Amino acid sequence: MGIFSRFRRGSFSNIIQRIFGKKHAKIGIYGPPNVGKTTLANRILRDWTGDIMGSVSEIPHETRRAKWKTNIKIDNGGSSLVLDLVDTPGITTKIDFKEFMNTYGLTKEESRMRAKEATEGVIESIRWLEDIDGVVLVMDATQDPFTQVNVTIIGNLEARDLPILVAANKIDAEDASPATLKSAFPQHPVIPISALTGYNTENLYGTMVKHFGKKRHKKGR
Amino acid sequence: MTKKEHGISFNLVSRNKLQDLTSSEKLKYIIKEVKQGRILVLEHGLTPSEQTQLIEHTMKEINHDTFIGIEMGGYEEEKMSFFQRVFGLIKKPRMTVIGPAHLLKMVHKGNDMIETMIIPGKGAK
Repeated sequence: MGIFSRFRRGSFSNIIQRIFGKKHAKIGIYGPPNVGKTTLANRILRDWTGDIMGSVSEIPHETRRAKWKTNIKIDNGGSSLVLDLVDTPGITTKIDFKEFMNTYGLTKEESRMRAKEATEGVIESIRWLEDIDGVVLVMDATQDPFTQVNVTIIGNLEARDLPILVAANKIDAEDASPATLKSAFPQHPVIPISALTGYNTENLYGTMVKHFGKKRHKKGR
Repeated sequence: MTKKEHGISFNLVSRNKLQDLTSSEKLKYIIKEVKQGRILVLEHGLTPSEQTQLIEHTMKEINHDTFIGIEMGGYEEEKMSFFQRVFGLIKKPRMTVIGPAHLLKMVHKGNDMIETMIIPGKGAK
């Protein structure tokens, strides 16, 4: 969609938003399974509302349905942003129920059920992409950042001019390399954090307010 | 190598073939081939929107005994010029490799090369 066609679609609120920036945004927490999305969602909620989003586990695909909380106000000095926060199931291109049995000791029945629900969760995550204003893309700072899931999510959002903030999580782990993530995605802010310990989350919140509050144009797919 | 010779089919798919297909036809073709145990290298890859649709289709097709999903690796789209962006032209996706997850494993993706591994003894067709 070109610049000319974008201007034709403006409502009054869109025009105000373009001039002054956003004060209320629907933000999705996205990423592959087991990178700490729900841990981060819990951290954000605990810090700003005292609530939590959901349970966490070392077994992948613990979050199999999207969960959300509305009206979370994040302050950053003189400015603030009100978020509707969506914690999404991990996106992946493959799910093998045998991994739950062999690696994590679940029964065959439990593994099959978890795998089935996980496939539905991936579909739900992808559908939520249509309905959000920006994404906190959580990556595991100990892993290779160039996974197809990361590349696909980023490509999809870039094509629609939606803001992305990369949270380089698990920075407290010995083999974490946030510099690798920063060099991999120089076009987006990359904030090293530990959602588990809360390390550097103040910096994350400040960047969220600035980045998601910016005025910008939203494209269709 | 053909299926009859009990090897793994590794097909290079030309840009011309893909350009003649709609997004929906492209995804159907890829899923069908991959479910039959073929690894595809697309000369002209998928747009980000097509990639997310492919993941969605794959999830619907997963059968835990016969098809556990796909492995996919490709390069980001080429950067667009200012004028291309102004006139809303679509970016051109680049080469992509896609295969069944029980046969194909991504080892490493660098700036210039995607390193993959064929998993032997996993029901190669």
